[in-house]
Amino acid sequence: MILSEMWSRERSGCYLIVILFFGLPISAQVDTFEFDKAENQERFRNLSNELRCPMCQNTSLSGSSGGVAEDLRREIFFMIKDGQSDREIKDFMFERYGDFIFYKPRLTAGTIFLWAGPAFFLLIGGIVGLSIFRGAQSEALKNKTLTGSDQNKIESLLARERRNLKARDKAG
Amino acid sequence: MIPELGQFSLILALNLCILLSLFPLVGAVKGDVFLMGLARPLTVGVFVFVGLAYLALTVTFATDDFSVLYVAEHSNTLLPDRYKLTAVWGGHEGSFLLWIFMLSGWMLAVARFSRSVPLDFLARVLSILGMLCVGYLLFLLATSNPFDRVVPLAPLDGSDLNSALQDFGFIVHPPTLYMGYVGFSVVFAFAMAALLNGRLDSAWARWCRPWANVAWAILTLGLCLGSWWAYYELGWGGWWAWDPVENPPLITWLLGTALVHSLAVSEKRGAFKSWTVMLAILAFAGSLLGTFITRSGLLTSIHAFASDPERGIFILGILVLSVGGGLLLYAVRSPLLKGGVGFHLSSREMFLLTNNVLLVVAAASVLLGTLFPMVFQALTGKLISIGPPYFNAIFVPLMIPLVFFMAVGPISMWKSTSIPFMIARLSKVGILSLALGIGLPLLLTLEFDLWSIVGVSFALWVSLSMINDFGKKIRNKSNLLEGVRSLQPSYYGMQLAHIGVAIMVVGIALTSAYSIEKSVLLQNGESTALGSFDFEIGDVRTFSGPNFSGQEVVISVFKDNSFVTELLPQRRVYIASGTPSTEMAIDAGFLRDLFVTLGDQKENGAWSMTLYVKPFVRWIWLGALFMVLGGLISAADKRYRYLQRAVEEKKANYETHHPDRLVDVGV
Amino acid sequence: MLGRLLPVSAFVLLIAALGFGLFLENKELPSVLVGKRVPSFSLRTIDGSLVTDKDLPSEVFLLNVWGSYCLPCLIEHPTFMSLTERSEIPVIGINYRDELSLAAGWLEENGNPFQFSVVDRDGRFGIDLGVYGAPETYLVDAEGIIRYRHVSVLDDSVWREVFVPLINNLRSPRIGLMEL
Repeated sequence: MILSEMWSRERSGCYLIVILFFGLPISAQVDTFEFDKAENQERFRNLSNELRCPMCQNTSLSGSSGGVAEDLRREIFFMIKDGQSDREIKDFMFERYGDFIFYKPRLTAGTIFLWAGPAFFLLIGGIVGLSIFRGAQSEALKNKTLTGSDQNKIESLLARERRNLKARDKAG
Repeated sequence: MIPELGQFSLILALNLCILLSLFPLVGAVKGDVFLMGLARPLTVGVFVFVGLAYLALTVTFATDDFSVLYVAEHSNTLLPDRYKLTAVWGGHEGSFLLWIFMLSGWMLAVARFSRSVPLDFLARVLSILGMLCVGYLLFLLATSNPFDRVVPLAPLDGSDLNSALQDFGFIVHPPTLYMGYVGFSVVFAFAMAALLNGRLDSAWARWCRPWANVAWAILTLGLCLGSWWAYYELGWGGWWAWDPVENPPLITWLLGTALVHSLAVSEKRGAFKSWTVMLAILAFAGSLLGTFITRSGLLTSIHAFASDPERGIFILGILVLSVGGGLLLYAVRSPLLKGGVGFHLSSREMFLLTNNVLLVVAAASVLLGTLFPMVFQALTGKLISIGPPYFNAIFVPLMIPLVFFMAVGPISMWKSTSIPFMIARLSKVGILSLALGIGLPLLLTLEFDLWSIVGVSFALWVSLSMINDFGKKIRNKSNLLEGVRSLQPSYYGMQLAHIGVAIMVVGIALTSAYSIEKSVLLQNGESTALGSFDFEIGDVRTFSGPNFSGQEVVISVFKDNSFVTELLPQRRVYIASGTPSTEMAIDAGFLRDLFVTLGDQKENGAWSMTLYVKPFVRWIWLGALFMVLGGLISAADKRYRYLQRAVEEKKANYETHHPDRLVDVGV
Repeated sequence: MLGRLLPVSAFVLLIAALGFGLFLENKELPSVLVGKRVPSFSLRTIDGSLVTDKDLPSEVFLLNVWGSYCLPCLIEHPTFMSLTERSEIPVIGINYRDELSLAAGWLEENGNPFQFSVVDRDGRFGIDLGVYGAPETYLVDAEGIIRYRHVSVLDDSVWREVFVPLINNLRSPRIGLMEL
């Protein structure tokens, strides 16, 4: 298997595999939690998509059949049932698993570069784009104004042509 | 014996590559026609010997020769033949051999189909590709030889191909993706050759463009197949996961898309030359980066150990030499590449430039998100995760203006377009798109969803402006047929690709907005409703496949009490490795997919399962197929062939008149 | 000028990051709970008696997460056996997500190095500890503060090279300890 460790750490295993391009968990997870409100079902879905299975090759809680993922999904289910807010559930996870559990990194002094990055790139991109525009502009301008030697050449060519024409006229 | 022959072929190919990377280049510099002329035969030689090595590995798999370590680790006597033949690329070593084989195939194609290119230029291109090949072959032979034998005793049977790979997707996805990836090496080589001889004009862009279009189209297909495979194999209904191993192909695709557009400007207007060259280098760098990330174990997970740091260092070396060398050459030579045409702030050039900037910024942002956890860990010692919520948050805002400009660009004029003219042409389209974009989803679902409105409106914006433009273009022709004929294939290619984007946008927006799912525990005879469908659980059947055994549950689906389809989700256990696996059952449809994932059977005999209804999900891949078709059609534009024929005639003429002088002629 | 220098410098940065990443050794998830008290619990042991965090040793000890299904646990098992035989350090077990009968059978067959093993059938205590799979081993000081977490197999060499220095440090009386 390509650069892979297939290392099942648990019976109900999350198989850590890295295949060619996609890490495929071998068996899919299915839970059967009953929610009283559709809104809570939606919250459960969002939370288990936004939180990472801590033991897995890159998958969310919802995408993993690993033991911890199963436990954490159950935990989220009970916390939602208890009426806890998303904030409280996330704090609960943070206290136990740290920043690693969030797929959407929180804005901190360290992750400011991550969140500001795209805007910074857009700025650089804008500058580069404008400089390409300006470059083309000035280049075109340069091509339109001829240098002194070009002008001389053209004039001598024209003069020669006139002389030739005159000569031909005389001969004709 | 056969593995040794394979290895010997690889060594021969390496030697030929070394010759290829030297002689034609020296010939081009010295103007030696004989040395330049060696480029083509040497390329054929490289292709033949790499091909033989590839064949040898395939035969080794086909004959179950488990004395070869790579075969023992990736095959098994029970493995069906189609997987034995494709298990060649089931692991690092063999897949890299496939990579080299693909590159040699591209090289052969360049040697064969570039008759219109002057010999000295072709010699440089093939030499540069030869250098890349030297690096890859050295890497393969030194760190990842697929022909290594197991000493002293060969195992009786192999440990089997990973069961997740035993699937049709595995047969088609990796070769297509590689083919697209490697195609960008060709464009890179064209760019390098142009920098070397300082000749970068519209003719250069015309030689380059078909290669870039084909590579782009194949990469698009590769990504599309990967996404489709992940969708039906992963079992959670997703079609893109923003995984560190799928991001590099996307980055390459974004840069490649920018390149394809920039090349169009370079060909038609002679502008953006150095920008185009830069993009050619970047797209190639993206493809190498992808190789590096997947093969060095750099960004896997906290538990997957880097298999061999030596490999990572080696690929990093190749990356530094090729891309670094390319960038240095660019820094030195790009001042020569001045484009001499100006354009207005409101012009097709400017819109294409904006599109390019957005694509490159998107690529850079995805790269940032992919590498950031690693950099963060190196600097702070802490681990963080970056996943879909982050990528969606940064990617979607960049794509919205891009799609906006997709309607503006194609109808605008080169050099200068007056803004009132644009407004006049697009205002009706804009109003109609917005009205239908709000109306249609609301009418069909009676549900207000912002993203579906945005998606449908923008898709209509692109496609309506295309239709409008098409109508304007053929209006002056006497009849429709003549009008259709009067337009160039490259125009149709562009139209198709852009409509592909519109279709994909609809798919993404609607499937994200209206997918529904439900996890249930059901016994034989019970049924449950999801959306307008009823799922009824029937018998459980046991069955056995060639190398696995398993169970399947019969699920009948009804809509308004009439039968729709029967779904058969499975659970399998592969005999050789003992690994369990789940096979989703999908009823694919143009407007919706029904999708079932089977969980466990509980003590009381009930099965847990997740049911999904995913509207319009097929449109995502349908759109991608339109893009592929568009790319291929515009690459096949006659103007490339006419020119080629003209040049051949010119050359034949020249050679009959000057038999003593054998010179290739440029266009 | 910008157009020429920007790509090269960006590339140098990228290569530096990639090269650095390649040599990044420790890919282990550091526990958030290091420096914090062992979470309070009240659980049955495998023998059936009820224990709480008050029953944990009041000296430096190890907390080992194990399961009868877990192969690496079997590999590190001899290390714990010899630690207990030599009375080097108390070892407390957390039987994580396991069947009670299988766990008891496993201990009977392979030997029991643990003072006691609490049963965490549903992994609830594991979540409080930030566990993500067996085997994991926590080093806890005399005050009940978690000092270190080791993920995966703890064999003799890990014991010697990682744990022994840490433990010697914790055991040597320091004034700094008062601040805890």
